[in-house]
Amino acid sequence: MNRRTFLKDAIVVITGAALPAAALEWLDPRQVLAENPQIRWAFLVDTHKCAGCGFCVKACKAENDIPYEASVTRTWIERYVVTQSGELLADSPQGGRDGFTSGSIDLPGGTRVSEEEIIRGFFVPKLCNHCASPPCVQVCPVGATYATPQGVVLVDRQWCIGCGYCIMGCPYGARFFHPVHKSVDKCTLCTHRLTRGDASACVEACPFGARQVGNLHDPNDPVTRAVVSERIGVLRDSYGSRPRVYYLGLSKEVH
Amino acid sequence: MIPAVYGESWTLKELMVLPNEFIYWSIQIVMYPFMTGLVAGSFILSSLYHLFGIKALKGVSRFALVFSLALLPAANLPPLLFLQSPERAHYIFITPHFTSAIAAFGLVVLLYAALVAAELWFIYRPYFVESEKALRAIPGLGLAGRLRRVLFGWLTLGARDIGEEALRLDARVVKILAAVGIPVACFLHGYAGFIFGAVKANAVWMTPLMPIIFIVSAVVSGIAFCILCYAGAMELRKLFLRRQFARRHPHACSLAEHRLAGIEEVEVRVASRYLAVFLLVALVLELLDVVFRGYTAMKSWDLLRQVVYGRDFFEIFVLQHGVGRLLPLLLLLLPGRTVKRTMAAAALVLVGVFMMRWNVVIGGQSVSLSAAGFMAYDLPVAPRDISAFKEGVAGALLVLGAPFVLFWMLNKIFPVFIVERAERAIKT
Amino acid sequence: MKEYVWRPMYVVVLIAALSLAVRFFLLPHDFGVHEGGYKYGYYRLGNIAEWESRPALFRSADDCGDCHRQSESLSASPHAFISCQNCHGPAAGHPEDPPTLAIDTGRDLCLRCHADLSYPAGGRDAVPGIDPLGHHPFRSCVGCHDPHHPRQEVQP
Repeated sequence: MNRRTFLKDAIVVITGAALPAAALEWLDPRQVLAENPQIRWAFLVDTHKCAGCGFCVKACKAENDIPYEASVTRTWIERYVVTQSGELLADSPQGGRDGFTSGSIDLPGGTRVSEEEIIRGFFVPKLCNHCASPPCVQVCPVGATYATPQGVVLVDRQWCIGCGYCIMGCPYGARFFHPVHKSVDKCTLCTHRLTRGDASACVEACPFGARQVGNLHDPNDPVTRAVVSERIGVLRDSYGSRPRVYYLGLSKEVH
Repeated sequence: MIPAVYGESWTLKELMVLPNEFIYWSIQIVMYPFMTGLVAGSFILSSLYHLFGIKALKGVSRFALVFSLALLPAANLPPLLFLQSPERAHYIFITPHFTSAIAAFGLVVLLYAALVAAELWFIYRPYFVESEKALRAIPGLGLAGRLRRVLFGWLTLGARDIGEEALRLDARVVKILAAVGIPVACFLHGYAGFIFGAVKANAVWMTPLMPIIFIVSAVVSGIAFCILCYAGAMELRKLFLRRQFARRHPHACSLAEHRLAGIEEVEVRVASRYLAVFLLVALVLELLDVVFRGYTAMKSWDLLRQVVYGRDFFEIFVLQHGVGRLLPLLLLLLPGRTVKRTMAAAALVLVGVFMMRWNVVIGGQSVSLSAAGFMAYDLPVAPRDISAFKEGVAGALLVLGAPFVLFWMLNKIFPVFIVERAERAIKT
Repeated sequence: MKEYVWRPMYVVVLIAALSLAVRFFLLPHDFGVHEGGYKYGYYRLGNIAEWESRPALFRSADDCGDCHRQSESLSASPHAFISCQNCHGPAAGHPEDPPTLAIDTGRDLCLRCHADLSYPAGGRDAVPGIDPLGHHPFRSCVGCHDPHHPRQEVQP
């Protein structure tokens, strides 16, 4: 992305986040957005709504040819629970592919927490954050992964040499080796659906509206409206990767 | 059939580990900095003689330089065995993306190879010229002999002047190349350290000390490797001489063997001093890293502490620092040091440096990004399938063995010991 | 300094020149620095179109309605907001090939949402839940519950 679009992106978020400042120097975020008709995809996850059904994971795997039985996945759901003793635990069996049908938690290595010990829980869907400064792209030695002008981070399957450096570079664990193609694989935001005017497969499949994909440069897009007006969070901000998957209701326990 | 997920067969997950997380960088990525370290270290050892004129290291220096060239292709084997699409490895030269710490690696390796080859050329040029002349003098040369003659003719690159002035010029150029080579060798291996140190997603790896730690441990491993191999080769030569001599004079002692033992003792003694110094620096740097992380106790330390003092305690403090650093240091510094004891120390140092690479690569990946889980690496021993062969014990041994085969082949062109014999002949 | 000293360098330069020539032929014509700069935008441009032209497996939500008229009772049903294809399967190629879709009527599918977690758990709280092991275990849900009208019992 060039400096101009970055600045505009920044203005959009800043004006939304710092309203008093905007009152002094009146910059209508909608006006800024309308001036820039380009597309810049972003994703919004409402963690309050997620019920952990795993339909998103299932649909993603089917839509994007990730073998259902393989444990790797482009999107996954994490369940966070708090026990009576105040302990925080998380699990994501098979990425939540089959939903969370048991209340108890079984972690690899033999840790088990029964349903009765848990006092509350919640679900957090995760996927590639399509960062504005993707650390994974920076470390690719051959230019096989890149950010498109529309803000989607993609992998060139014909050019990937399979060194795994991007897998190491991603702070979110969003990348893996495709079991069939052997190249690195990751969420494409269903860019093939977006260009046809459809939502991403996981968004279509979510019965609860917990996942939304939208264009940050469209002021009327529900995602943009939420990003500008709601209290939103992003994951692992400290890495400086500027993630573009925004979360509503992100708890401090979520890492 | 379920398609095999890369890494699943050797990764043991514990507690909360993300679904896409595995030990992706396996044994070959341990071998890779280990071998590159040997390349860089043995070059630096050889430069001690060429650049600083430490005469006592003359024999081991030439040995180290030839071995450095033999190690270089072997150091490129691990990435080839590891890449998911090794047939695309050359893309790194077609579309290098220099913001990646891996991209320039191929170029640095090639630049370095050119430097070493050039230095060897200037050292061995008189030998090429003499050999070609000697072969030309033999009447009725067979096919193999003629091929050798042509090869040596080509290797001279047409520069057949071996007058005194030309040889002096050669020596000067070698000095310059050695001087240029040291920063390049440091860059080569510091760069390997940067590959890890610059990964911000990995709390274990991310430290600016990483390149420095890598360079020092490379020098340590290079010197230890050359001491071990050089002394080993000398022992073999002595054994050979003894057998030869014993056949003729069963009750006397060989003078040649005695002289060889003298050379060996001096060279090994001097090299082992450098080994001890660098070993100490390596130990200090690596401990500084742990102490600093523990003292500053950033958020990631919660997990790192569990790895360093718990899960990997044996690998880090017993094998890497104890067996691989302190014990050889004692062996080198305690009075009454012998060549055999130095060889034992050098072998232990190599174990220590290997464990350091292991602890960085495997230990670094053992903490989950979820900050709530761990992964353990179950090294494939039996080569059950192609992946278990490439990234298992067998593949690692293949990489370890390759430089010796290459050295044996290179020794035919750059004979490490013959020149020494010829030089002695000239003197007497 | 004598000329021969430079000969190894000539060899290096020759190899470098040859490599560059080979690179020229192997470099894809559309590979280069695009929007995003060298750091984030150095790639083979044609790859974007390759990803964009992938066939979609799931149809968009409105597509089903083109042929299958949604009954009024379904639109009032608590299941109305679930994508048809979550249970009926992805509709790519339908109705040409395959003419009918493989419907998943398995108990596991229903349990994804309706397995009760005995603790408050975000979006799950709003969904009526059962204990999978206590509520007619191993029986098929659709034998009693109409998935399109979950509040009505199935008429035998």
